[in-house]
Amino acid sequence: MRRFNPAPLFFALLSIIAFYYSDMSALFVANEVIIRIIRNSLLVFALIIPVTAGMGLNFSIIIGAMAAQAGWIFMLDLQVPGILGIAGAALSGIFISVICGYIIGSYLNRVKGREMIATIIIGILGAGIYQFIFLVGYGTFIPAHNSELLLSRGAGIRDMVDLAPYRNIIDRLWLVDIGGIQLPFFMFTVVAAAAIAVKLILLTPAGQRFRAVGSDRGSAELSGINTDRTRIQAMIISTVLACLGQIIFLQNIGMVNVYTAHMNSDIFSCAALLAGGATIKEAKIRHALLGIVLFHSLYIVTPQAGQNIFSNAVLGEYFRSFIAYGSIAIALIINIRHERGKQ
Amino acid sequence: MIKRYLPPLPQIIIIVFIIILLGLAIKIDIPASSLINDLFIRLILNCVLVISLIPMVNSGAGLNFGLPIGAVAGLLGMVMTAQFGGKGLTGFILSIAVSIPFAVVSGAVYGRMLNRVKGREEIAATFTGFSIVSIMCLFWVVAPFTHPQMIWVLGRSGLRNTIGLRGFWEKSLYNLLQFKAGDIIIPAGSLLFIGIILLCLYFFSRTRTGMMMNAAGENESFARINGVDIAKIRKLSVIMSTVLASAGTCIYAQQYGFIELYSAPLMAAFPAISALLLGGSSGKRVFLRHALLGVILYQSLYLLSLPVANMLLVPEMAEIIRMIVTSFIILYALAKKSEERGDV
Repeated sequence: MRRFNPAPLFFALLSIIAFYYSDMSALFVANEVIIRIIRNSLLVFALIIPVTAGMGLNFSIIIGAMAAQAGWIFMLDLQVPGILGIAGAALSGIFISVICGYIIGSYLNRVKGREMIATIIIGILGAGIYQFIFLVGYGTFIPAHNSELLLSRGAGIRDMVDLAPYRNIIDRLWLVDIGGIQLPFFMFTVVAAAAIAVKLILLTPAGQRFRAVGSDRGSAELSGINTDRTRIQAMIISTVLACLGQIIFLQNIGMVNVYTAHMNSDIFSCAALLAGGATIKEAKIRHALLGIVLFHSLYIVTPQAGQNIFSNAVLGEYFRSFIAYGSIAIALIINIRHERGKQ
Repeated sequence: MIKRYLPPLPQIIIIVFIIILLGLAIKIDIPASSLINDLFIRLILNCVLVISLIPMVNSGAGLNFGLPIGAVAGLLGMVMTAQFGGKGLTGFILSIAVSIPFAVVSGAVYGRMLNRVKGREEIAATFTGFSIVSIMCLFWVVAPFTHPQMIWVLGRSGLRNTIGLRGFWEKSLYNLLQFKAGDIIIPAGSLLFIGIILLCLYFFSRTRTGMMMNAAGENESFARINGVDIAKIRKLSVIMSTVLASAGTCIYAQQYGFIELYSAPLMAAFPAISALLLGGSSGKRVFLRHALLGVILYQSLYLLSLPVANMLLVPEMAEIIRMIVTSFIILYALAKKSEERGDV
């Protein structure tokens, strides 16, 4: 039985109304949406596999995002330039993500059925440890090689560090301008490759395991699948994808807000996925892509729409975070009720 | 059986940690009297917020991750009282009184919602709370408040992010019946006020409704056989928790001296939950003493880590430690609860 999911329609309608009142040019919005697709796709893709494995929305993707930031800081600290630096940041980020993903997955195996609340708290714990390492540790028990990063008090990294040596190196590759719309084909290739990779993972035997564990853990266990291990694998893949997503995101922005860049990456990614028509039980690449377009169109136009309708841009900003939180809340409530109805 | 008499792991770790910090604090010559005074203040700030969780836990509705809903009702009561010129102790009492209807209504709706997501309350409550806080951000901007001490002076419309309560009812409860014993300030009025709330809760748990509530939490099917309307009693507990959370927010603002609007209440649930868990209730039932012990331990830790963090020239460290401790305790409790239910 497939139920009609009104979320994409609702978001499309809302975006169109907000776009109408924002008086922005369609060209500008299109370019912005393209940038957002590149920046956010991988972070949203990262949510798909845990959903398939029945673990719900993985709010701990912010751990992956922080791993990416750690990777960037590591490269800046050692002052590795150019493409080599990007690769180094990605590799060290992946290394941290695999370890963290393993730990998170192992923990989640002990709290089955309440993974989502656990991942939120894990996110807070991770943020605490991250702050401890970079605000207290760097320059004290972690040796600092690049004094430009250091706060003047001698401990901790500055709030904002510049990624000037790496800014837009890879976004500018294969950049094509068609009628004023900038199309960075290299980045499209990266996003497409990630999308295909997630799709392929879900088609292989490993993907079938995820699906089996997601639909019925008991019978998956009976048919000889190691459910605990499968769930850990799902978390590792998710964390690594989130890390790569944040690497791309920060490279595109060109600077790292060391203590705030990861914040809300979980909420906005989840909201985008749900906007595309995914549920907490089922998510696909097309939901992710459609969702990013819809959610971020809304995201781009609301402040200006708020300014024009109520002469207050802050209103639009509050409105979009309400939409993000609200859509997750509604999806959760509907989904849990639906599940209870089945029992 | 012996295992039952051992305090839970986080409690042991936190107590050891507190002892170490206390040693450091003595070493850097922080007077004991100022520590005790600060502890009183922090207890007044947080006590009622932590206690507000108890009715819901005891009725089986779980830890109230939707505490921001009550907090928002409290904020609403306070800004309305301030707008209409409430001052002093009456202003403070009035702010609680005004927030109660909002808390009752929102608690009833919230309770209905929680009944529909039974078994998965935590995550649904968390995001309901987040949603309410973010929609109220819109309200704070557009609401027609006019008091010059509360709205932005230039350029922006709406209420300020933080509203100073000086000139309204800042510390009015704290100063009530306050006396000094040597260097130690005893805020008798505040302690009395909190004591009355505790006493009311205690007597409530002795009434028929209170006993039904505890029965619903301890053994739902047994309670149902004995004619307890589970849905109704759970809803009542949610309303109680929400009302207490709103009162707790008013007390917090009164003591702190500022009303914090917009995204300030977003994360309010987590420290309160963590403090309650730290109190070490082992079963399904939480007693007032668990909440009190928890809040004392939790706040002592925060209080003692402040001077030590300053000594290390990294003042953010106290907040970071608090963040790590808060989430660690909740994660530990989640895992332990799953183990007890045999989910693993």
